[in-house]
Amino acid sequence: MKEKNDRGVFKWLLIGFCALFLLVMLILPLLYVVITSLRDGWNAFWVAVSDDYAVKAILLTLKTTVIAVVVNTIFGVFAAWLITKYTFKGKKLISTLIDLPLTISPIIAGLIYVLTFGRQSFLYDYLEQWGIEIIFAVPGIVLATIFVTFPFIAREIIPVLTATGNDEEEAAALMGAGGFRIFFEITFPHIKWALLYGIVLCTARAMGEFGAVSVLSGHLRGLTNTMPLYIELMYQAFDFTGAFAMSSILVIMAVVILILRNILEHRVNSSTGQK
Amino acid sequence: MEEKNFYVELKNIEKSFGKVKASDEVSFSVEKGKLVGLLGPSGSGKTTILRILAGLEDAEKGEIYIAGQQVNQVKASKRGVGFVFQNYALFRYKTVYDNIAFGLKIAKWKKADIKERVEELIDLVGLRGMEKRYPNQLSGGQKQRVAFARALATQPQLLLLDEPFAALDAKVRKELRSWLRELINKVGITSIFVTHDQHEAIEVADEIIVMNQGRIEQIGSPLAVYSKPETEFVAQFLGNAITIEDYGKFKGFSHIGNGGKAILRSEYVTVTKKKEPIKYAVSAETGEVLDVAFRGNLLELEILVKGERINAYRQFGQALVEVGEEVNVFIQQLYVIENEQVTPAVNEGIRKNNFHVLSNPILESDDSVVI
Amino acid sequence: MKVRANSKKSVIPGFGLSFGIVTAILGLIVVLPLCSLVVYSAQLSFADFIETVTRPRVLASYGVSISTALIASIINAIVGLALAWVLVRYEFPGKRFMDGIIELPFALPTAVAGISLTHLTVSDGWIGSFFSKWGISIAYTRIGITVALVFIGIPFVVRSVQPVLEKVEEQYEEAASLMGASRIQIFFHVIFPEIRPALIAGFTMAFARSMGEYGSVVFIAGNTPYKTEIVPLMIMSKLQEYDYASATSIALVMLLLAFFILFVNAVIQSRTSRIISGVR
Repeated sequence: MKEKNDRGVFKWLLIGFCALFLLVMLILPLLYVVITSLRDGWNAFWVAVSDDYAVKAILLTLKTTVIAVVVNTIFGVFAAWLITKYTFKGKKLISTLIDLPLTISPIIAGLIYVLTFGRQSFLYDYLEQWGIEIIFAVPGIVLATIFVTFPFIAREIIPVLTATGNDEEEAAALMGAGGFRIFFEITFPHIKWALLYGIVLCTARAMGEFGAVSVLSGHLRGLTNTMPLYIELMYQAFDFTGAFAMSSILVIMAVVILILRNILEHRVNSSTGQK
Repeated sequence: MEEKNFYVELKNIEKSFGKVKASDEVSFSVEKGKLVGLLGPSGSGKTTILRILAGLEDAEKGEIYIAGQQVNQVKASKRGVGFVFQNYALFRYKTVYDNIAFGLKIAKWKKADIKERVEELIDLVGLRGMEKRYPNQLSGGQKQRVAFARALATQPQLLLLDEPFAALDAKVRKELRSWLRELINKVGITSIFVTHDQHEAIEVADEIIVMNQGRIEQIGSPLAVYSKPETEFVAQFLGNAITIEDYGKFKGFSHIGNGGKAILRSEYVTVTKKKEPIKYAVSAETGEVLDVAFRGNLLELEILVKGERINAYRQFGQALVEVGEEVNVFIQQLYVIENEQVTPAVNEGIRKNNFHVLSNPILESDDSVVI
Repeated sequence: MKVRANSKKSVIPGFGLSFGIVTAILGLIVVLPLCSLVVYSAQLSFADFIETVTRPRVLASYGVSISTALIASIINAIVGLALAWVLVRYEFPGKRFMDGIIELPFALPTAVAGISLTHLTVSDGWIGSFFSKWGISIAYTRIGITVALVFIGIPFVVRSVQPVLEKVEEQYEEAASLMGASRIQIFFHVIFPEIRPALIAGFTMAFARSMGEYGSVVFIAGNTPYKTEIVPLMIMSKLQEYDYASATSIALVMLLLAFFILFVNAVIQSRTSRIISGVR
């Protein structure tokens, strides 16, 4: 990338503007969380995050995130495989449905789950019979989290598989290799970084999901409160130290995710570009 | 024609993609041990035929026989076919050794046997010392050798190659052509390869099947297909050919047929400078040189004769011809197209001398292929 | 090059299993909830639906949501283009870092961003105190909502424009400048037409996302009826009153709007992909 000298002033003005924008809009809010959470000292921070309810919220978030990531990994890998390896009727419909959750507001996502499993649903009687609670309980939170992160992993793998083509798989199939063998020996090495990248994105969103979970949670302290919901609760109770302390944990997670994301992005690009 | 032992037979294969007919009543047979080239322009359906044979595509109609057994319903992996993909489709995350060994592992060979077989193949294709490399550490030619070894590993009875030379640069391509030919002869495996390059097909194949728009145009030995084209397409697709709308205007051809459409190949054009001696002076035309292209040992000329731009060659050693120069142009032979029939027509000047350009006994007895 | 599309068959095994698993999970997570939305909506009376969505307070919330999302997305289009330009065209210290933090809004939970931005922009906050000297208040106004939406929308535009800008070859520009075009002419005649589809696509994605955003906005909005009440909040409060009929009615209008935006986006995307054929 060559630069001409007379572009100098404009260039540095533009860089300066962008840097200032990112500083104020992205970095400052990030730093503010960490600084505020430590304003009253380490002790207050520690007390805030080791509170019983806080720990329960952290554990619930962990649990929800793990389930969402596992389900979406299984789904994402199979969906990407299905869409790139076969031609069949309804393929367009399936890929549209996979992407759909991205376009639906989290609040509406929560709403449709309430409509599906709530009191007015035709399913409600059956669920009641079986003693399954979904709305205002942990399963609802998990389902909502899976929904909002649904396309994340499939969307990362599909472009990689499209770029590598089907020749290697066809060659292996011609030699008589079975489906799982082809996947693990031939396909998986191509998609491993993209898959990991998708998992990272999925984790980030699953941890932080607020709107959809908020609709479905019922806000039962210690039972159905995830970390973001706990933050809201603290904030509305004017317990800013508690809110910001919990937030700073999520900030640290976000920074870790950003770093991972950047490392993985390079790997993914080089594995698609290898062709 | 006598009964022959055909190893591969296709009968009335039909396949279309949407509105495009990729194969239209395609039938042919291949004798055991032959090396056959499917030749045609891109989109002619040659790759589709290869993929149908391998079982990578299904034919809509027709029968496929390999080794006397109908294989339409047989799974691709059970057809005993080795396939070399156009871009080789080497497993990019496996070493050369593991690429070749993969099929054997699937077939549950013993480890020691696999090792022995892979080493044998590595020696066969001349890649000793490269076993631990990954495909992206190999040159194009080496990749092709690996693909070849991999396809042969499980000792298939039929080898299919999809444009085996397309991904190579010109120099390596020439080298590998004769290499592949020798190797296939050595292994003695029945092979079918697809190509769009006539030189490749002529040089490598025992038999050529010319395809166009999903149909077979002609089947025969390279010499037969080249020198005795049966359809207009074959006449103009092979060689360096031009189409002439009314050949009757040329001297020596006015008494033949209706004087309509004909195909002229450059090897049947002799160009002489005005002062050079000429054998059939009466039948020679005068033309103007429009272009001279240097092709190394040859000069390719473009000459305007009676409104037609004709291509011709002169040896480099001969006196140079310049653009704008008036030259004598003698046309020995044309392929006359009449009622979809192709008939060679020899210049009257030669006929009067009782000389037949095509009196080659090999051509007359060619019957190795049945349509 | 080769005719290969539409082949009904694949030799690669595993179609049945993948199809089964994908449709099962897709059915439970996406199709079933959507169906119940459709079933429930069909039971709503049309008169009630119209009555609900034309209540002044609901109409006001549509106004708030659309106007703030639109302004935020326009800001994002401009700043995002500048950011993409800087990241693609210039070399400077800290470039890798700048490139790396663009996705922060994707990684940072929206609730965290919400409370942090709110605290920064209240009248005695670090940023708010600066602006309040000029009589501008940010938190608890539409400006505050817009700020939150700018925060969450910025990666969409940058990541949409950046790859396309990378593909605009400098040779084009060099060719144009040899023909005597000025830098501004080169930008508007050579570069901008190339990146316009990507820019519009990034803009529509940011817009769609902003319309539905909840977490980062509820804290900073102040949620004053008629003034700073966004649509997702209206739906949320109806849900908390167990008024599912109203919540669904309001949501349906939102969904229609979102799908319309998406449709526009899809049209542009397909044009884009024709321009940079095949590249993701």
